[in-house]
Amino acid sequence: MSDSVAETLPQAPSYNFAYLDEQTKRMIRRAILKGIAIPGYQVPFASREMPMPYGWGTGGVQVTASVIGPDDVLKVIDQGADDTTNAVSIRAFFQKVARVAVTTETARATIIQTRHRIPEHPLAEGQVLVYQVPIPEPLRFLEPRETETRKMHALEEYGLMHVKLYEDIARHGHIATTYAYPVKVEGRYVMDPSPTPKFDNPKMHRSPALQLFGAGREKRIYAIPPYCDVVSLDFEDHPFKVQEFDKPCALCGAENVYLDEVILDDRGGHMFVCSDTDFCEKRRAAGHVGEMAQAAE
Amino acid sequence: MTSQTMSAEPLLRVAGLSKSYGARIGCDDVSFDLWPGEVLAVVGESGSGKTTLLNCVSTRLLPTSGTVSYRMRDDSWRELYRMGEAERRFLMRTDWGFVHQNPADGLRMTVSAGANVGERLMAVGDRHYGNIRATAVDWLGRVEIAEDRVDDQPRAFSGGMRQRLQIARNLVTHPRLIFMDEPTGGLDVSVQARLLDLVRGLVSELGLAAIVVTHDLAVARLLSHRMMVMKDGHVVEHGLTDRVLDDPQAPYTQLLVSSILQV
Repeated sequence: MSDSVAETLPQAPSYNFAYLDEQTKRMIRRAILKGIAIPGYQVPFASREMPMPYGWGTGGVQVTASVIGPDDVLKVIDQGADDTTNAVSIRAFFQKVARVAVTTETARATIIQTRHRIPEHPLAEGQVLVYQVPIPEPLRFLEPRETETRKMHALEEYGLMHVKLYEDIARHGHIATTYAYPVKVEGRYVMDPSPTPKFDNPKMHRSPALQLFGAGREKRIYAIPPYCDVVSLDFEDHPFKVQEFDKPCALCGAENVYLDEVILDDRGGHMFVCSDTDFCEKRRAAGHVGEMAQAAE
Repeated sequence: MTSQTMSAEPLLRVAGLSKSYGARIGCDDVSFDLWPGEVLAVVGESGSGKTTLLNCVSTRLLPTSGTVSYRMRDDSWRELYRMGEAERRFLMRTDWGFVHQNPADGLRMTVSAGANVGERLMAVGDRHYGNIRATAVDWLGRVEIAEDRVDDQPRAFSGGMRQRLQIARNLVTHPRLIFMDEPTGGLDVSVQARLLDLVRGLVSELGLAAIVVTHDLAVARLLSHRMMVMKDGHVVEHGLTDRVLDDPQAPYTQLLVSSILQV
């Protein structure tokens, strides 16, 4: 990891490998190790200024930069897609400053940096999933004082989290929280799984991959080591449920996957397609055809 | 007002409690016992140390010296400031209640009345929405808030309703001791009368012990069995409420009683 600049980046001598200096990476790795040791606990770290605005994944980028090595294969997704602005620019960033191989294939990647989704293709041992987190504190909107929320975590006072779910049922008749759905990790810490749809919550449970969460603006890192219990909070008479879709993906016909609505015209035309672009492409390449794709042929 | 739950042993024991803010005295060498089912009023003018005393006793403010002991539900005596923070906080939200003068301090203004009442239940592990809601509706009824307001936020409530909601929120876990800091401050007289009536009913019905801080002697007369008069951080007189008000001994108490405006 500590290859000298001249060996790894002959054309760009101004950057250390993976942009961050070695002392910073060391500091972040220590935070990551602590996070892994205490699953779900938010470890404060000295977040650095990155060459991108807050909200664009500065936390995730710092975590990725600290764990990436020259042999890693990186995949970056934004809302499940490999080709959106955020994904493209972060991928280009690491190609430039770390010269690592990149891919869009979930199975080939060793590190996957994500915003909002967990890939549909099951993750395997040895893979690292890095989340970009805007607000790491699940209790934030109920209790604005950081001193108080830290104490609540320390003393395991999580009644307030259920107040939020109670409010949902009282107002909407069901738990209407659809993303950033609070989970309890290893029966101890309540954690915000970042703004992933609750559809992806079950994928976190006993996942063989290492999951790392970086919040750059809020200066927090937390982690779920492989094979950890991750349980979504709920009520006995209103159990946790994931979103369901009426129709399969319009392009590849996949069912039981998370779909995005795409508006087609200004007369109400729309279609639902896989949010995971790589998954959808793979299926179409394998000959699966959805309703819309059939009509187009 | 009589209570069935008077017992031979006190519920709370305060001994030599002092709090100083640097050179200034908050309260000085206060000692008293509180029995189950008893209501103690702490009266005095602004700045006399009433609220400091209340905060020290209710573990919201660390005293400079002195001890506060509490008889737990299993009849063991515990010194509050020797308990761990987790245990103390658990005690505060199950066996105790705290009614603030300003309801906004004691309520969550952005969640519904039902959730406000249900919060303590969820904090002690209740995970059945239907039961929590039914209990909340029941408690709203007991403090005279209509059932159809259960999903309204306290922001939409009047001052008197907010205060009653705060009381319901505190009583839902059946505490044995409740602290009240000027519970009727800022309410107009008719609403005040209704609230006092309600609190009086609940206290005797549930056998609650209470420490009520107030500057209003009428409130003390109506609610309390015993009262403590404070001045400049010291207790100047201490006795049965009717005795203190009808036959004040200390010069300051005499002044206080004679200062009541007659209509």
